[in-house]
This record gives sequence, C-alpha cells and structure tokens, in this order.
Amino acid sequence: MARFLFQRIGLALLSIWAVCTITFFIAFLAPGDPAELAAGQHSDPATLAHIRHEFGLDKPPLTRYGLYLWNAAHGDLGKSYYTREPVTAFLKRGLPNTALLATAAIGLALVVGIPIGLIAALKPNTFLDRFLMATVLVGVTLPSFVLAPVLILIFALRLGWLPVAGWGDPENLVLPAIVLAARPAALIARMTRASMLETLRQDYIRTARAKGLSPATVLVKHALKNAFLPVLTTTGVSFGYLLSGSFVVETIFTVPGVGYQSINSLFQRDYSLIQGTTLLLATIFVVTNLIIDLLSAALDPRVKALEGA
Amino acid sequence: MSVVLEQEREEIMELGAAGPGLGRQVWRHLLRNPLAAASLAVLAFIVLMAVFYPLLSPYRYDHQTSDYSAPASARHWLGTDDSGYDTLTRLAVGARISLTVGIGVEAIVLLVGGLVGLVAGFYGKWLDVGLMRLTDMMFAFPDILLAILIMAIKGPSLLNIFIALGITGWPGLARLIRGQALSLRGREYVEAARALGVPNSRIILRHILPNLLSPIIVAATIDIAGVIIAEATLSFLGIGVQDPMPSWGKMISVPLESGYYRSHPELVVYPALCLSLTVLALNFLGDALRDALDPRLEKTA
Repeated sequence: MARFLFQRIGLALLSIWAVCTITFFIAFLAPGDPAELAAGQHSDPATLAHIRHEFGLDKPPLTRYGLYLWNAAHGDLGKSYYTREPVTAFLKRGLPNTALLATAAIGLALVVGIPIGLIAALKPNTFLDRFLMATVLVGVTLPSFVLAPVLILIFALRLGWLPVAGWGDPENLVLPAIVLAARPAALIARMTRASMLETLRQDYIRTARAKGLSPATVLVKHALKNAFLPVLTTTGVSFGYLLSGSFVVETIFTVPGVGYQSINSLFQRDYSLIQGTTLLLATIFVVTNLIIDLLSAALDPRVKALEGA
Repeated sequence: MSVVLEQEREEIMELGAAGPGLGRQVWRHLLRNPLAAASLAVLAFIVLMAVFYPLLSPYRYDHQTSDYSAPASARHWLGTDDSGYDTLTRLAVGARISLTVGIGVEAIVLLVGGLVGLVAGFYGKWLDVGLMRLTDMMFAFPDILLAILIMAIKGPSLLNIFIALGITGWPGLARLIRGQALSLRGREYVEAARALGVPNSRIILRHILPNLLSPIIVAATIDIAGVIIAEATLSFLGIGVQDPMPSWGKMISVPLESGYYRSHPELVVYPALCLSLTVLALNFLGDALRDALDPRLEKTA
C-alpha cells in the first residue's frame, strides 16, 4: 500500500510539474511582447525596459522558468500584466463561486445519474433501458452552450420561474448547476449501468440470491457496494469536465467564478492570469483524481491483496 | 520448399486483412438500423448544405444586407439577424467550418495518435513507457482547458484552431490504439508471420493495421463530434474563428450576449439545432458502426 501511495502521489506531482512547464512554454513562445501589453503599444523604450525588469522579462528564459516554478511552489503566480493584481488574489476571488457551483453540479449529477443507471441495469435491453440510454447519450453529447439557452428560454423567459442570469441568491444556482450537471450525470448513469450489469453477473451475487437473501439486500449490500468503484472514478474524471465547463457556463449565467473572471484575460492575452487559471484548474483536477484513486484503493480489497502478494 | 513457404506467407497475410465486401455488409447493417439510417440522412443533409448552399445563395456570409432582423421569407429563407446577415447562408458556412475542422483535426489526431499508439504498443519497452507517460501528462489537463490556453495565447484564427485541437486531441486515440496493438502483437498469426521472417513494417501494414481499422473508424466517428463541439466552444468563447467568419458556436453566443435572443430566439435555436443534430448523428452513427463492424462486441453503453 505504501508503495502504491508513493507512486500515485509521485505521478500527481509529475503531472502538476508538466502542467506548469507546458503553460510556461506556451506563454513563452507566444507572439508579441508582454511588456508592450502592460505598457500600451507606443511606449518609449525606457518604460518598456522598466516593465521588463518589473516582470522579470529581462532574465534569460531558463532563469525565468526556474523562477516561475520556484515561485509557483511557494504560492506566487506572478501578477496581471494589466491590473498588476497578484494572480493568487484574482483566483481567490473567483474560486469560492466556482467551487460552490461545481459542488452543486456534481451532487446533482450523482443524485440523478446513479438511479438512472440502476434502473437501466435492472431492466437491461428493455424499452425503458434503451430510452434512458438514448437520453444519456444526448446528455453526454450536447454542449452546455446548447442546453443553457434552451433552458433559459423555457424556464426563465417563457415561464419566468428562474432568473436568466446573476449570482448571489439560491435560485441563481439552479439553472447553471443543471446545465453543468448534465454531462457528468449522463457519464455517471452510463458507468453505473455498465458496472451494475457486470457485478450482477458475478458468482457471489448468485450465491447471495441462492442463500435466500431478499432481492433488495442483494442489490444494496452486495451489488451496489461493489459496482460503486468505477462510478467513483467516473465522478472524479467528470469533475474535470465541470472545471473547464465553468468557462462557458459561468459566462452564460454571469457567475463571478474563476472561468468568467478570466474570459477578459483571454482576449487581453494577460498571460499570467491565463497561466494561473489553467494551472489552478489543472491542479484541482489532478488532486481530485489522486484522492479518488487513493480512495478506490482503500475501498477495494483487491488492490490491497495485490500489494500483499 | 520455398514456394510452399511463400504460399503460406501469402495465406497468413490474407487472414490478417479484411475480406472483400465488408464495406457493403456494413452499409446494409447501417441501413437496417433506423437510428443509424436517420443519422446518415442528417449528416448527408448537413454535408450537402455545407457544400452547395453557399454557392447557390445570393448572399455572401460576410455581406450585410439592408434587411435587418427580417423574418423568414422567399428572399431570406431563414430570415436575417440584427446585423443584416442572411441566417441560412451563415448556417451553411458554419457547417463548412464545423466539417472542415472536424475532419481536418481528426486527420491530425489519427496521424499523431495512431503513430504514437502503434509505436508504443508494437515496439513496447522503453518507447512504450516514455510515450505513455507523455500521454498521461496530456490527460492531466481537464478536457478543453489546454486548447483554451493555446487559443488565448496564439490568438483567434482557423489555423490556430487546427493547432490547438490537434495538439490536445491525440492522447485518447493513442491509448486506444496502443491497447489494441499490444493485444494484436501477441496473436498467433502475427507470431507466425514474424517466425517466417516478415519484416516489422510489413507486419504492421498487413496484419496490425487492417485489424485496427474497425476500432479506429468507430473512435474517429465519435471523435469528430467531439472536435466539432470543441471548435464551437472556442468560437462561443470568442477565441475561435475570426469575424466576419461564422461558426455555429459564435452564432449561438452573439445573440445570447447581446440579449437579442430574447425577442428572436430562433437566431440561437437554428445554430444550436444544427450543432446538436450533427454531433448526435455522429455519435449514433459511431455506436451503430461498432455493432456493424463487430457483431460479437457487446454493447455496453
């Protein structure tokens, strides 16, 4: 177990390093001079030189890369080329809202996805199963910016039940959470179905039934418990979709989260803010998947047995 | 003796290759499946619209007519938007963009992902370890985030969309192909071919690739839908195609942002419908192709 733990954490750290490196070099290879972005296009050479010095742009590339890694490891992601605001402060403002929305969405996805998958698995290849799985495919496929306008048109503009956009009140959370939850819910439903079908075929399920346990006990205590692990993994991966989906969904519903905040920096090519946002979202993604992996290993006796052998 | 060996070699090679008439079988299989037939019809319609409508239309996609916010009429079949653009013309050019990006990027993905997967799976050892580590690292970026980063920094343009989506798209396919190549490498007929002294390049070309064709066709069909959505997402965010070029993603975002969709919801609904139908059709077609190409394969989703 210790070796597995060590390996998995090492891989996560390596991934975060890779993300740091890739974001740094993409920004480094970008056309245009960041100092000009900060100073405005027709600044005199003295101002440009001053700004280059202020942002450390006058240092050789490898030194800059080293400094970037060192500072990032110490929680300093530089500052915005436009506003001079520290990137971490910028991210801290948006993160609580993004986190709230993502948590609501993943909760909703689990509550909706698992029952759909279960119902489909209990009636495999019936009309109900096919109908549910077709719905699920629609949920997996449709992008949020198609789903969102449709829901806004129906529930906000026609029926007037919910606000079109905005943030702060609980009812503001409903539509963005539904839109953001659609894809993860569909993925979770699909995985629940596949995993349940696989589990229900196992010998120990037949044994449990044969010894006269009630169908409900077999389902909950024997099948569901064992079918849950792949669902857990899917949930972790879905979290990644949620995070990058936040750019689109937060923009549509004007949720002041990390994604919506950085939209402007995308147009302004505010490299440090873009880098910081990417790094934050990718790190959350990597850490979430690390936790999920460790959790599955802790819950799955087979992983432990493998380690003992 | 050598003649016999030569014959055996040919026979072994034939076994590896797909038999004749497979295309027709698959076609018949697809047409029997109502969902697949409907998907084919939708895709045919979108392709025809993309190819021919911009040629037939009296308007250019970048031509602002003097009809603003016109309703559907004989002059403008689907009306115009608040800038005077003919909606149908822009939808059709949007279809061109979607299909070009979808097919073009998928070609890059097949080339890069296919090569990486094949090399990793077939040659194994340190090459496999190195390439798969690289693939794992690409997976550290959630979904479309890396593409957003690349587009934001390189700036909006069609060429940059190809670069961004090509760079981010290949790891999934590489993993799939590596797994398949790994299992094919151990098959008896491959070992037999190797024992007969067939060079690696021929083994890959005659025995590995033909067997990879089915999973690649299925994956590519579904992947194209993903690429089309990715392009629409970038254009929706405003970092995809440049003005005045239309894209379904941008056609959804512009009225949404200006609030104009409140009085004219159809301006959002048309591109949304085109995009949804196209990606759904590709997904259903991919699923149907999986069944058609390998009836033994159990459908799990």
